[in-house]
Amino acid sequence: MAYEASVILVRYGELSTKGKNRKDFVNRLCENTKNQLKEFPRLTYEKTYDRLYIRLNGEECEAVSERLQRVFGLSSFSVAIKVESVLEVIAEAVLALAKKETGAKTFKMMARRHDKLFYPDSDGINRHCAGLILANTKMTVDVHHPDLKIIVEVQRDFTYIMAGSIAGAGGFPVGIGGKALLLLSGGIDSPVAAVLTMKRGVWVEAVHFASPPYTSEAALDKVKKLAGILSGFQGFVRLHIVNLTELQLAINQHCDPSYTITILRRMMVRISEKIATSHKCLALVSGESLGQVASQTIQSIQVINEVTNFPILRPCISMDKVEIIQQSYKIGTYETSILPYQDCCTIFTPQNPVTKPTVKKALYQENRFDWQPLLQKALADMTTLVISTQEESKDYL
Amino acid sequence: MPNDLKGYLDYASTTPLDTEIRQTYEGLLKAYFANSDSLYKDGRQIETMQEESRQQILKLLGLPKHQVIFTSGASEANNLALKGTAFLHQIKPGRILVSAIEHSSVLNSAKQLAEVFGFEVVYLPVDEYGIVKLEALKKNLTADTILVSIQYVNNETGTLEPIREILSLLREYPGVLLHCDCVQALGKIDLSEVKDADLISLSAHKIYGLKGSGVLLKKKHLPLVPLISAGQQEEGLRGGTSNALVNIVFAKTLRLALEKQAEHFEYVTSLNQKLRKGLKDEVIFLSPDNASPYILSIANLKLSSEVWMNALEKAGFLVSAKSTCSSRKTSDSHVLVAMGIKPKLRQNVIRVSLSHLVEPADIDRFIAVNKEILAHYGL
Repeated sequence: MAYEASVILVRYGELSTKGKNRKDFVNRLCENTKNQLKEFPRLTYEKTYDRLYIRLNGEECEAVSERLQRVFGLSSFSVAIKVESVLEVIAEAVLALAKKETGAKTFKMMARRHDKLFYPDSDGINRHCAGLILANTKMTVDVHHPDLKIIVEVQRDFTYIMAGSIAGAGGFPVGIGGKALLLLSGGIDSPVAAVLTMKRGVWVEAVHFASPPYTSEAALDKVKKLAGILSGFQGFVRLHIVNLTELQLAINQHCDPSYTITILRRMMVRISEKIATSHKCLALVSGESLGQVASQTIQSIQVINEVTNFPILRPCISMDKVEIIQQSYKIGTYETSILPYQDCCTIFTPQNPVTKPTVKKALYQENRFDWQPLLQKALADMTTLVISTQEESKDYL
Repeated sequence: MPNDLKGYLDYASTTPLDTEIRQTYEGLLKAYFANSDSLYKDGRQIETMQEESRQQILKLLGLPKHQVIFTSGASEANNLALKGTAFLHQIKPGRILVSAIEHSSVLNSAKQLAEVFGFEVVYLPVDEYGIVKLEALKKNLTADTILVSIQYVNNETGTLEPIREILSLLREYPGVLLHCDCVQALGKIDLSEVKDADLISLSAHKIYGLKGSGVLLKKKHLPLVPLISAGQQEEGLRGGTSNALVNIVFAKTLRLALEKQAEHFEYVTSLNQKLRKGLKDEVIFLSPDNASPYILSIANLKLSSEVWMNALEKAGFLVSAKSTCSSRKTSDSHVLVAMGIKPKLRQNVIRVSLSHLVEPADIDRFIAVNKEILAHYGL
């Protein structure tokens, strides 16, 4: 008899330590899980005190598990075979599973009875199944460091059998830890920063700075697409789009070329702070990585940070580009991030941007023109979109 | 036709479907579905109409020595012309000459023939106007040359290639075939100059016809190796159930285009002159003066192609930066590189392409908007 994966058993993570908030956490986690798995319509869910059971109902197990690894607040999960709660049937299924794991040399049986009336007891189940495996395969028992852990969970009507468990993404469910505003550029780093922030439970809103016609509609579409991918982690993403063209032209006209990027970044932070305040975000998030480009040296970061009292979270700060790229592959944004469109920082790039700016010089540059009205205008013209994972139905498809 | 064509200045990319053609096609779609190779009445009827279309195409173009092979478009026609000819010489791969400014379907077919099938491909240089250097052609014509492929009108600059001279040059090399991609010339420039070319590629959607519709004209006696091997369709040279109804309307599409060709040419020439006159203080013309009036390639010193296009789009004008078939690549235009245009300049180029559907007022507006854009956004 062939056994097919029918259920994924999900274990909650650090949640168990959260006392009274636990219920909110679990609800949020289940909601986020469903959002992330929206593209598999046949899945059904069952929530218990410490587990979430996802019934596959014919959906592709591998694809679902890959997606599950993107849900935060989830410590681990296992793909389970569901059989009748009869000792012989269980033992047979366990053996079939063990035979499939050809790479493993040692194993350990881990049975648990939720149904305490089941006979024999856990130890009895372990011995019975292990005996069968020892007699029919070349595997030996190692209770300390087994290659393969076979978990048997006996419930009243049926039993779940699973081999080993897959590590989840860890962290907290998105949305339990307040809200932050992400500066979303369209590059590789900012989506990674967003997801790392979400990992600690923080809900993310995004602001994107566009400079049409220097930046194209296609570039904006790409940012919307990235926001769409990010929305998979929390259901939807609110995306604010700010037009920076006139401000950028003024900076370009009035400031020393070496300082244009520094001043531009300071303006972005000022605008972001205003948006964050009005949308009840408690921090800004950026994809900066120390030393990656001229505006991300520690001197630059200090000068840019100087315009705000808001905390700026920089989850990528110590990561190398390759590490960020790896992360972006994992979260599914890489392919979109590398589409070749201009963003507003690359078009006015001076030959020699300053790597060690000072606050004093930045202020001097800024005093050369009246930027306040331009900044106000940019804020006033801001548009906001809500981007969700919800696919609209298209009659041409 | 779509109502809002105002500001569309990208007719070299594609054209809107002519209303009459759409109605004819819709009528055919409603009335017929049979396979044109079926032997019962419906099939025979479609087959007859397809044959009538074939004959009309040859008649309209004045090409009695050629035969029509219907394809999915000019890119397929170009592939079939190059590879279909080359594969005849597989035992002893010869030399193929192509101009350096051909359409990607020609260049990449040649590249594949060189890299995968061992043919020797020579890319013929062009001068600063994009005109193929005849001495280079002469110098590279060797005894083992099998094919020369040169387009009539360049799709990025509108440059006219000296096909007449090339044909008379090739008369001394009877074994060498000439393939001529006439996509940007059809319905615009008289094709009598290219009549003696052995292979000619055409496309319907550049002349207000259907997309997915093309023709390779081949001199009747010439053999060709099919790229799609299947049934008896197209005399075995292009297998697969015929897209018969699309093939049928090709003839009408062509007729309508040719009927008004001279009138439209004159009108578009006046638009082109108006455009050149209005733009001359702000931009540099990369299209030579005697280029096809339907295409005008312009450059400026202050704004990159992408930004220029974005700004024009916002003002309601749709243009291309280079060939639309390569628009998603960030690399330079191979045509402008071959013409020796300086790197700084070729990053700042757009192609405006015209039609009889463009009105003089559109041109005036374009000139004004363009002036404003270059002044406000130019860095």
